[in-house]
Amino acid sequence: MPDAANTRLAGLMVNLALVIVAAAVIYLGLRWMTAGVEALIAPATPGRDESWPLWAQVAQLVYLILSSVLAIGVMALLVFFRAPDLRDAVLVPATSIALAIIVTALVIIAIGESPLQATQVMVRGAIGSGYGWGYTLFYATNFIFTGLAVAVAFHARMFNIGGEGQAAIGGLGVAIVCLSVPLPHWSIALLAATIGAAVFGAAWAAIPAYLQARRGSHIVITTIMFNFIASALLVYLLVNVFRVPGSMAPETARFAEATRLPSAHDIAPWLGFRPSTPLNVSFLVALAACVGVWLLIWKSRLGYEIRAFGHSQTGAVYAGIHPVRIIMLSMLISGGLSGMMALNAVMGEAERLVLDPVQGAGFVGIAVALMGRSHPLGVFLAALLFGMLYQGGAELEFEMPAISREMLLVIQALVILFTGALDNMVRAPIDRLFLYLRKGS
Amino acid sequence: MDLSTLFLLLDSSVRLATPLLLACLAGLFSERAGIIDIGLEGKLLIAAFFSASAAAYTGNVWLGLLAGIAASMVFSGLHGLASITFQGNQLISGVALNFLAAGMTVVIGESWFALGGRTPQLEGAARFQNITLPFAEEAQGVPFIGPLYHDLISGHSILVYVALLMVPLTWWVLFRTRFGLRLRAVGENPAAVDTAGVSVTGMRFTAVLIAGVLCGIAGAYLATGLSAGFVKDMSAGRGFIALAALIFAKWRPWYALMACLLFGLLDATGSLFQNIRILGVAVPVQFMQALPYILTVVILAGFVGRAIPPKAGGVPYVKEQ
Repeated sequence: MPDAANTRLAGLMVNLALVIVAAAVIYLGLRWMTAGVEALIAPATPGRDESWPLWAQVAQLVYLILSSVLAIGVMALLVFFRAPDLRDAVLVPATSIALAIIVTALVIIAIGESPLQATQVMVRGAIGSGYGWGYTLFYATNFIFTGLAVAVAFHARMFNIGGEGQAAIGGLGVAIVCLSVPLPHWSIALLAATIGAAVFGAAWAAIPAYLQARRGSHIVITTIMFNFIASALLVYLLVNVFRVPGSMAPETARFAEATRLPSAHDIAPWLGFRPSTPLNVSFLVALAACVGVWLLIWKSRLGYEIRAFGHSQTGAVYAGIHPVRIIMLSMLISGGLSGMMALNAVMGEAERLVLDPVQGAGFVGIAVALMGRSHPLGVFLAALLFGMLYQGGAELEFEMPAISREMLLVIQALVILFTGALDNMVRAPIDRLFLYLRKGS
Repeated sequence: MDLSTLFLLLDSSVRLATPLLLACLAGLFSERAGIIDIGLEGKLLIAAFFSASAAAYTGNVWLGLLAGIAASMVFSGLHGLASITFQGNQLISGVALNFLAAGMTVVIGESWFALGGRTPQLEGAARFQNITLPFAEEAQGVPFIGPLYHDLISGHSILVYVALLMVPLTWWVLFRTRFGLRLRAVGENPAAVDTAGVSVTGMRFTAVLIAGVLCGIAGAYLATGLSAGFVKDMSAGRGFIALAALIFAKWRPWYALMACLLFGLLDATGSLFQNIRILGVAVPVQFMQALPYILTVVILAGFVGRAIPPKAGGVPYVKEQ
């Protein structure tokens, strides 16, 4: 067998070399184009209260389109000749994201700002400093949990849109555990809070799951309703039950000092994290959750059943898979993962339960899962990208006040639109391109 | 509770029910044709923004209404493009449109008016004024009927009456015309409609665009009738309450009116009375706010009369090759 092993190794080396060459071509091409367009538009840079001249804006748009075509084109050739299996996993999402970027750039141009400058501010703000990384990874932790939650449900062909409510109730679980049990050390507190968060999140998903499994009520509608019910419940509890006596703020007392999770500054100060960084040890829990979901979906019997059920319900039933069990289990896991987001947001950052602890992260999970094709690695990368967007967006609001923070919602919407709803629109031209290439060769 | 308080409460309920009713009927058209629309919220919001902006620019509320309808129809067109033309997931498309509206309204609003996502305060002809029906003042002296007519029936903006008229109109269109029969058939069994030589795509696009018009009116009422200008996130979940009302009404126009009036009443009760006691037990405000959603879940669970959605809802139609 050594020959076969050698051939495989050689094939792998060739592929690796080609990926490196392709990355270098894309990188150098982008650098060259960026430098070119920057030099071109530099003399037209407007003063404080002026906007860009039209030709400079058009130049930037053309630059964006050309660079997308370059990147996608090189990737397409590589995928076509070396790894046709990766067409759906790499090429389609990359094209969708390029489209989302181009439309976002159009919006930025429409409000008279420079997309190129905005991108630079965002990238610098998100990954240009230890401070930026601390926030980027903190946001990414939230999005990994909610993204995995949506992804697990997607595998069973269910759309869990209730991550927002499940995470809020997960926060309730964390608060109850941290406030009612005297926990001696953060590691024990983390374990207990993880259980609390997951159980509460799962419980909030259990009723919609049961109604879907037993009564056929549409899970999307019930989980939307449960988001609103969760938010009302949380307001009620914070105002009437958990509020510190004498305080006006609708929030719980601060958790005990012993339960404080170590921040990135405590663990790795040499990486440049500030003492105020919100990034904490639950990032590692999120990474573990990625591995756990991968094992669950692709390496376990239950995962196989979930995927089979997602591909064909009738087929799964024929194979002896019990639909009620799969719907319940996949939704409980999904709700539990959503709930665990509270470890990061409630226990790690705020150290108390406040009104709206989730801040829309449950909905970002939808975009993350769609972009990551419901694969844990994809979810991780997409969560990182959205973490960069959120932190970069905060910096953007500071440095370019004309672009408000809600631009993030626009980007999120476009990613969901292009990777989710308009998937066929993106896929068709790529299929046609592949057909054309195949005829040519 | 005396009579005038009761009329005040009911009057407020009707006002608050109006945007719900229009959005609910929009959802009715769309879902009866087999296109699930969870983007009602987004359409309300974008319509509210563009109607308030256009009304602020031109000073004419009717142009505002048109702008709101146009914006909402663009969103409907996008939803149709994704879910009909490209056979994408209708739910995901709806979610995307909701975020798009939430983001775009603030981004554009900031760029145009720089008022923190608001539009300028609307006054005079830039708002829908309340209209007094004939003889309302004269009849006020008549006991019971006079105040009822003056306080409750008269004195709303024109869009309230439009919304109420939409209920019989919707019923008539859906259940008494050939168009309505085809529209409902497209939502139940599109293949049969296709076999009969009617374009499924055409019917579904028409339904989705009608939904756009109705959401446009609802959004315009929010920003130029109910309030005097656009505020960030002003739809505040009304699109989802309308969705809840649609399920509550089991996809029927007259029931939709009842459901929306009920949810409007809940909303009005919650905002007029801070403390409500039923049988000596204080009911929290938050419970009143959550009640529409709780009721919908109960209805969906099928414990109180089963809600059966149109059969082909959410399924893209693929023509047989």
